[in-house]
Parts: sequence; structure tokens; C-alpha cells
Amino acid sequence: MNSHSSVQTAYGVTSVRQQFPILQQTPYGKPLVYLDNAATTQKPQCVLDAMTEYYTTIHSNVHRGIHYLSERATAAFEHARDIVCRFIGAAGREEVVFTRGTTDSINLVAASWGGANLRAGDQIVLSTFEHHSNIVPWQLVAQRTGAELRIIPLESDGSFSLDRALDTITERTRIVAIAHVSNVLGLIVPVDAIIERAHEVGALVLLDGAQAIAHCGVDVQKLDCDFYVFSGHKVYGPTGIGVLYGKRAVLESMPPYQGGGDMIRRVTFERTTYNDLPYKFEAGTPPIAEAVGLGRALEFVQSIGIEQIEQWEGHLIEQCTQLLERIEGVRILGPRTDRAAVVSFVCEGVHPHDIATILDREGIALRAGHHCAQPLMDFFSIAASSRFSVAAYNTPEEIEYAVRALEQCLTLLR
Amino acid sequence: MVMQADDQLRQLYQEVILDHSRSPRNFGKLEPHTHAAEGYNPLCGDQLELYLRIADDGRIEDVHFDGKGCAISRASASLMTEEIKGKTVGDARMLFERFHQAITSDPSASVDGRGLGKLVVLLGVREFPTRIKCATLAWHTLLQALDGGGTTSTEE
Repeated sequence: MNSHSSVQTAYGVTSVRQQFPILQQTPYGKPLVYLDNAATTQKPQCVLDAMTEYYTTIHSNVHRGIHYLSERATAAFEHARDIVCRFIGAAGREEVVFTRGTTDSINLVAASWGGANLRAGDQIVLSTFEHHSNIVPWQLVAQRTGAELRIIPLESDGSFSLDRALDTITERTRIVAIAHVSNVLGLIVPVDAIIERAHEVGALVLLDGAQAIAHCGVDVQKLDCDFYVFSGHKVYGPTGIGVLYGKRAVLESMPPYQGGGDMIRRVTFERTTYNDLPYKFEAGTPPIAEAVGLGRALEFVQSIGIEQIEQWEGHLIEQCTQLLERIEGVRILGPRTDRAAVVSFVCEGVHPHDIATILDREGIALRAGHHCAQPLMDFFSIAASSRFSVAAYNTPEEIEYAVRALEQCLTLLR
Repeated sequence: MVMQADDQLRQLYQEVILDHSRSPRNFGKLEPHTHAAEGYNPLCGDQLELYLRIADDGRIEDVHFDGKGCAISRASASLMTEEIKGKTVGDARMLFERFHQAITSDPSASVDGRGLGKLVVLLGVREFPTRIKCATLAWHTLLQALDGGGTTSTEE
């Protein structure tokens, strides 16, 4: 524990934890050990306060009223867009579209860009480990347009081969849609080379950043990706808000996704003129308080520092992996290195749901199931797996407690 | 062990259930069979195949199950095969009704265990609402097999 202590002092996890009121609970009389952060993260007090303050003092509809409240609500909403813009390094605020979440963002791109650009015989490249949200929208547009899905395979041991990924991208590839970080394997995908190859063949790249945004520094201009999507709730923000980043020229070329208020400039029954970016893709009253909360959440991350969080979580994941490796019959899924915040594993002879039920009674929240990645489960020939996933507020003591409880649980069930 | 302090957990994972889960009875494909169905729990990916050989007089001569699942779903399937083997289809359906009613009842309510046979050991699952579907998967698959086969899924 000595090595942890020195890191801990420098990082100050205690003061991070204190900002999360939900973590003070004691379910079943045990301290809550929340290790299901890949599903959703908890919210710091500053995010809760920002949303309450918004509703308490300035709530109104945005981009409409001439009155005091509406002007202030609009300013708060647009300020949140500026925070997102800086956080991901976008070239301009018009490239930041607010959506309902990662799933909504991908559906927007698949329907709008895909519907306008894909033709029979075109290829959409995905990976074996995509979340269902980055599979099904592409299947839907493929069915409509006659385009085909082409899947980057994994090696038989579950590792990721960049060469194989590059070989999957061909002259017929029009878009590569891939996770920046796998929500099951924790794998940080070597996206730079993939983006370079895709651009060589004239294809676009969408990065699903749902599992990356809270754990790795993201700079969309440096990445040179065409789209980057993520959800607010996985980065200490509220549910119901997400982001679609798109390069300006690409977004401008795309037809609107949904019709309604805010996305129009002028409507007659004969013809509608659409609004400028990013509003062209924001039909209807947006989730204003949620945008404000997301902005505050990103400021919270910046106040700690994404590099510091990344390093801290790296220690936790390494510790967790080492402890799990000592248990007989436990197999960790995916690569040993290049991982962010996630460890998935299977235990010989014991089902993940039984583990989850028993650990729950110890106050430990972990995920059991297929993690919305059934094709990946099929690849490993398993129905489900268990997953520990960490966030900025987790501690080495929690990891130790959780793995010890797992060991006891396995003794009970085997 | 810290976890032995939890009575509800001990009730759920009692020895009979662990025994049936570790060494399920009537496990593996049944050939020949007259009825079969596949059960699927989309929430956790568990899947179970059920095979029955039903005689002309409506008696269940033999019943087997196969597939992957958690301790609760395996134990429940194993116990079910023991309980319905030799019964008529009508009696098996009645047992399903009784079992289903008992296992979905309020955990604080007392249950008349008569007529449930060994299935009473499964009643501890009432304290774990997210796991009830694990205990009922085999039974829903049984109904599916009796009513013409195919695939069924539990999401209740």
C-alpha cells in the first residue's frame, strides 16, 4: 500500500470523494463501493448545485424570448457549449451540437450523413467490440441504402491488431465508426493510425467517446476525427444530454435530422430554410439545465486535471488487475496494457449475476451481463462477464475490499 | 466470512440450490423428444433449452435441460425437471401456476409451501427482485414447449 499512499497524497482522493454526496451512503449497512462507472458516473455537488440554481433563478426557454430570463438562460446554455468546445479542442462552437446522448449522436450521423452519402456496395467499418449503440444505427442505414458492414476482427486471444484494423479499411469504405475506448475491454484504441488510413481512402471517421471522455484527454483537432460523440452522464454530468462534435464542413453538408423549433430560420408551407450550425441539428427545446450541468461537470474534471485522473485510475486498474490475476480460475478479458478505467473478467464455474447479487450485499456495485456488446460476448463464447470500472473518486482500499469480497463469493459458490 | 451475516443471501444461496447448480439433474439434450423450446433472458444473455418426452396419455416421461445460466436459473431448471417428471401435462401446468404465484408474491407474505415440493427452496429469491426472472426462465420455457415450441424470453 506504500506506493498507493504516495500517489494518494499527491492526488487528494479524499477531497474528490467529499464532493460526491451519494458516496456517503451505506447500503445494507456497508459503505457504498461504486465500481460501475462505465455504466454511469456519480455527480459532484457542484453539478447538482448548478442545475438547481439554473431552475431556481434563470429557467426559461432559450433562443426565443426577449425577456430577462430568456436572455440569461440562453447565455447559460451557450456558455456550456463554449466549455464543451474548449474541453474537446473543437475549432469553433458551431461544431458542437447538443444531443440526448451518445446513442442519439450516432443515430443523427448515421441517419443524416449516412442517408445522404451511402450507396449500395459502400462499406461501413466497425469493430468487434462496439457497443450496440454503435452497431444498430449503422445496420438501420445499411438496410436502407444497401451499404455493408465490415467488422475489424480481434485476434484469437482477444487482443487488438492495428494491422488487421488497417486491412479492414478499403477503397470502398465510406466511414469508420469505432470506440475510442472499449466499454468492456477498457482498450484504448490506437485511433490515430486508423483515422490516417481512413482519410487516405477518402472515408470519414466517427469516434464513440462515451467511455473515453472522462478518462483520457480528448483533442478532436489533433485526432483529426470527423465526428466525436459522448454522453454527459459518463463524465460526472446529468443524463439526457450528449454531444456530437463534427467538422464544420461535414456538418454543413449534412441534411437536418429532426424537424422542429430551433432548427429553422423561416417556415412556410411550401418551404423551410434551416438555421445555421449548430442549431440546424437541435430541433425542439433542448435540455437546458442538463447542458448547464454538463458544462459544470467538465469544469469539475478540469479542476482536478484529466491527466491526473488518468494517472490515478491507471494505478487503480493496475492494482485491480494484479489482485484478480492471483485468483484461481479468473480470466481477464482483453489486453493487459493500453487500458482505461475498466477491467472485465469471467470466473470459471461461476455466473456473473450470482457474483453481482452477492457483492451487492457487501455494498459493492459492479456490472454483470453482456455490457450491450453481445457480438463481443459471442467472440469470447460467453453469455456474460463481470466488470469493475473506476472513476476519479475510487480508492485503492475500495479495490482491495471489492476483490476480497469477490474471493469470498467464489469460495461460497464453487 | 462477512457475507454470512446476510440471512437473505444465505437463504438464496442455500446448499440445495448450490448443489443443483453445481450438479444439475437431467442435464443435457434428450433424444428422442416430443417437445422442445428455447428460453432466453435478454437482460443477462442466459439461455436454456428444454426437451420433453410426453406419452400419448399426457404423462411427462422424461424431461431434460441444457444451456448456460446463473446458479439460480440452473438450480430452478434442475428442480423443475425433478418435480414434473412423471406428472401429467395438466399437473405440471398447475404446479407452474402455484410456483409462479408464490415466487412473485410479497416477500413478507407467508406462503403455503404445500404442493410446491422441493421448489420451496427457491422462495428466497423473492427478496431479490432482479433475480426472479432467473428462477422463472425454465418454467416459461416449459410453457413455450407445451404450447408449440420456439423461443421464449423472460423480461418480467
